[in-house]
Amino acid sequence: MTTLTLSKALNAGLRKAMENDPKVLIMGEDVGKLGGVFRITDGLQKDFGEARVIDTPLAESGIVGTAIGLALRGYRPVCEIQFDGFVFPAANQIVSQLAKMRYRSRGNVSLPVTIRIPCGGGIGAVEHHSESPEVLFAHTAGLRVVACADAADAYAMIQQSISCDDPVIFFEPKRRYWDKAEVDTVSGVSHAMPLDRAKVVLEGTDVTLLAYGPLVRTCLESALAARQDGRSIEVIDLRSLSPLDMETISASVRRTGRCVVAHEAPVYAGLGAEIAARVTEQCFYHLEAPVLRVGGFATPYPPSRLEDHYLPDLDRILDAVDRASGY
Amino acid sequence: MTVESGGATTAAQSFPSSQSLQPRETDQLVQLLTPEGERVEHPDYPLDLTAADIRAMYRDLVLVRRIDTEAISLQRQGELGIWASLLGQEAAQIGSGRALSPQDMVFPTYREHGVAWCRGIDPVKLLELYRGVSHGGWAPEEHKFHLYTIVIGSQTLHATGYAMGIQRDGAVGGDNAEAVIAYFGDGATSQGDVNEAFVWASVFNAPVVFFCQNNQWAISEPLEKQSRIPLYQRARGFGFPGLRVDGNDVLACYAVTKKAMQAAREGQGPTLIEAFTYRMGAHTTTDDPTRYRLASELEVWKLKDPIERVRAYLVRTGQAEPEFFAAVDAEAKEVGTRIREACRTMPDPPPLAIFDNVYAEPTSILREEREQYAAYLDSFEEAGR
Repeated sequence: MTTLTLSKALNAGLRKAMENDPKVLIMGEDVGKLGGVFRITDGLQKDFGEARVIDTPLAESGIVGTAIGLALRGYRPVCEIQFDGFVFPAANQIVSQLAKMRYRSRGNVSLPVTIRIPCGGGIGAVEHHSESPEVLFAHTAGLRVVACADAADAYAMIQQSISCDDPVIFFEPKRRYWDKAEVDTVSGVSHAMPLDRAKVVLEGTDVTLLAYGPLVRTCLESALAARQDGRSIEVIDLRSLSPLDMETISASVRRTGRCVVAHEAPVYAGLGAEIAARVTEQCFYHLEAPVLRVGGFATPYPPSRLEDHYLPDLDRILDAVDRASGY
Repeated sequence: MTVESGGATTAAQSFPSSQSLQPRETDQLVQLLTPEGERVEHPDYPLDLTAADIRAMYRDLVLVRRIDTEAISLQRQGELGIWASLLGQEAAQIGSGRALSPQDMVFPTYREHGVAWCRGIDPVKLLELYRGVSHGGWAPEEHKFHLYTIVIGSQTLHATGYAMGIQRDGAVGGDNAEAVIAYFGDGATSQGDVNEAFVWASVFNAPVVFFCQNNQWAISEPLEKQSRIPLYQRARGFGFPGLRVDGNDVLACYAVTKKAMQAAREGQGPTLIEAFTYRMGAHTTTDDPTRYRLASELEVWKLKDPIERVRAYLVRTGQAEPEFFAAVDAEAKEVGTRIREACRTMPDPPPLAIFDNVYAEPTSILREEREQYAAYLDSFEEAGR
């Protein structure tokens, strides 16, 4: 076990993937000498060369579009989109091209492309640097959408995403880049939890609290605070947003009878809506309360001086837990 | 001071008149066979084709036109949902398609039926797509011909990325060198993706040829809605050569493509070829060109027909006998009959095929939906309906 920040764990995971498979490439803006604006690719160009760690021209559609071409040629490109709000110039290439190629080719073509997107708010950034667009991709058949929440998962999940034969949209919680955790860099990812499974990070009996990415830590802190009031909250890190691991979610809700979903993205038509619908279908006779959601408002992301109001924090999450418990 | 260095007083600063927007066909047009079927020499493009090669190209031109005609009829008869005709563009497609080496990779739009023919794709596979039976059923690597791309210009980036893969595989230069050709139209040159592909190909010196069939019309919008300069001149701003070829001259399209592909294979980077041609038919079978263009324009281009000039050349030079032309016509008839029958008898896929090939392995969500829908369908059978 090694103690690593989430960003260093991603770096180590990328390095491992590149060592294990010469077809793995990294491409994006400033990923070379600079190591990316968050330093996730730090040192990789120096060690693997400019042919494998490619500083691209500044155009997101070009990054994803050429990554598709490289994948057609047998490579496994890992694209870095610099910030969440910058992914939309690549929307056609991701949604209409990357996601659909296997389907339209009747399985003749695989596109093992990973697209890394630093996501979410809480860092006091200017606009377009704090968004949570995951549900737009979760709504697109053919993509896998995952979000890591801690360093150990970051290390394993980035490698699993790269070796996956489907395109993967990989969300990184940028305000957690500097959080440290113990990471097993020795055993190899074959021992890690499968990429499409959710993880119970804290067991509890009264309420199931679902989160992913940056809010997993907030939910854990909320659960620990609630424990002092004698309330036992089970926290689940979804990890995979598409597909959802409904087996793990439903098993938990059937025990607790209550479910709260938290995400930074707007509540309206967010992932929480899909989870609420599925939990209602699958756990109807076990529910003591409606599934509640807590998240961003139905507004654009606000100026950063207001983001503490927009982002669900410990108190807003516990408020939702209280409401769920009040039925 | 020249206009190109930012001269202060020239016409470059004022808006050009609509007259000056009209592309001049004579701008550096590479032509080896005139519309009348006269061979003309070009110093940069000596021709390495035998009489048999030219006869084979004539056959290709006639057959793909027949396939196209047949497909339009099938659409009119309700057998196809839609068809995008290549009428008028046969030479651009057969000339460039026959200039490729087997190892070269092609990225087409949805109108490259002639190039598909050159790559050995059964035309019936194209009909599948327009009938709504598949989204494109061939294996791209097997034919070195990627799936048709419908979102305009998207494939130019795929082509460029593929070319970057060729570089990484060390397949530039040498005997087995490879290159890529990306097809697109005049309208596509306004797309961001095409311009990004030009940037990428240029800065990475990727072995890719951009083959633009300028058929003068993007559905109803004429070329002057896309560009104030001849399209081939765009290449210069991106840092690689561009040229214009007579797109209705199969020999010239062959020669310029062959040379550009060879340059790409040798590591000289991209070339933009503007094949100056004309869309003789509608954009697709749903379009009505009488609403936006004059019939007189069509009459002018009919005189430049890509097939007639080859026929005239072969006859005049005694390189083909009447029996040859009769045999090609008979073969065209056979191909037409075959694909018509294949189209009419083509079954719909089974309903549960909807769920196939979304992911490498079906996800839990997909499995569940598939099972539920299968049970739903079964419930009708059980009820005897």
